[in-house]
Amino acid sequence: MPWSLASDRPIYAQLVERIKTDIISGVYPPGQRLPSVRELAAQASVNPNTMQKAFAELERTGLIITMRTSGRIVTEDIDMLNHTKKELAQEQIALFLAQMYKLGYQKSEIIALLNNQEGGEKHE
Amino acid sequence: MNEMNTDSLVSIRNLTKKFRKKTALDNISLDLPKGRIIGLLGPNGSGKTTLIKLMNGLLVPTRGQIVIAGNFPGVETKACVSYLPERSYLPDNIRVSQLLSYFTDFYEDFDRQKALSMLDSLKISIDSPLKTLSKGTKEKVQLIMVMSRRASLYILDEPIAGVDPAARDYILKTIIQDYNEEATILLSTHLIADIETILDDVIFIRDGHVTLTSSVEDIRTNYNKSVDAYFREVFAC
Repeated sequence: MPWSLASDRPIYAQLVERIKTDIISGVYPPGQRLPSVRELAAQASVNPNTMQKAFAELERTGLIITMRTSGRIVTEDIDMLNHTKKELAQEQIALFLAQMYKLGYQKSEIIALLNNQEGGEKHE
Repeated sequence: MNEMNTDSLVSIRNLTKKFRKKTALDNISLDLPKGRIIGLLGPNGSGKTTLIKLMNGLLVPTRGQIVIAGNFPGVETKACVSYLPERSYLPDNIRVSQLLSYFTDFYEDFDRQKALSMLDSLKISIDSPLKTLSKGTKEKVQLIMVMSRRASLYILDEPIAGVDPAARDYILKTIIQDYNEEATILLSTHLIADIETILDDVIFIRDGHVTLTSSVEDIRTNYNKSVDAYFREVFAC
């Protein structure tokens, strides 16, 4: 299945987010080799040059590392992974809060709602 | 497309094509670089197919010129350009296997194995006579033939219009995975939403003029909308 991409934003930024999420959620665990640009571009149904650009951005931040012989791997730097996880969480919270403010909730009310939310403690 | 002047594969200069009094293309200049997937987009009657036919030597320019890999359209360019016309040219009275033989004979760069594996993936039997195939399946066969050449330029005129969405996904995937990094694909289509994520660049053409050349990402960054949405706005009736 092609990845679902929003139509109002650059594709490359969405690829970066998606791969980050896949790394944090364990689709690509620390130290694991990533698919090639071509493979992943075909999977996502996006232009290989755009996927290349997303990889370059992830390399720049250090989340993925290019090995001389074995392609690209996910970093094993746990601090960096935790930091990325937190970043992704903050983005989600910002989106959620924006929606809740739109509905007219105050921050304290939102926290109360969250505490009362059934099934909120669910873990895998 | 700032990088369009470097590594140019196709260079079009002051190209004009008139049919009697009607001007189909009016003084167009364009450079297509190597290694890009480029969408040629425009409403019906804007000049897309005329441009494509000129590039394939099926029409002769009224003025101006086209140079592809150092040659004017002709025998040399046919050896390195793989062209999918908007209408099928396949004879009805042969089988898929004979078509494979034709392509093997005609084109030095034809990869028979690749064609066979794609036909197999789409469950098309090579023993089928072409006349027994549905319109969509015939289109698939023709596209497979065209994409199985190791060409430097693929020119696809409305390649996915008649195929179902699942086959469309498969075909796009195959294009992404298999085409040579140095090769360029120029494809015209109305189904922008389906293919815009695989494009590097787009060329908007209207009334015989090039109105925009841009990368897909630039359109999305500058206008916060998809190429599809932007096209609908620019070409709103």
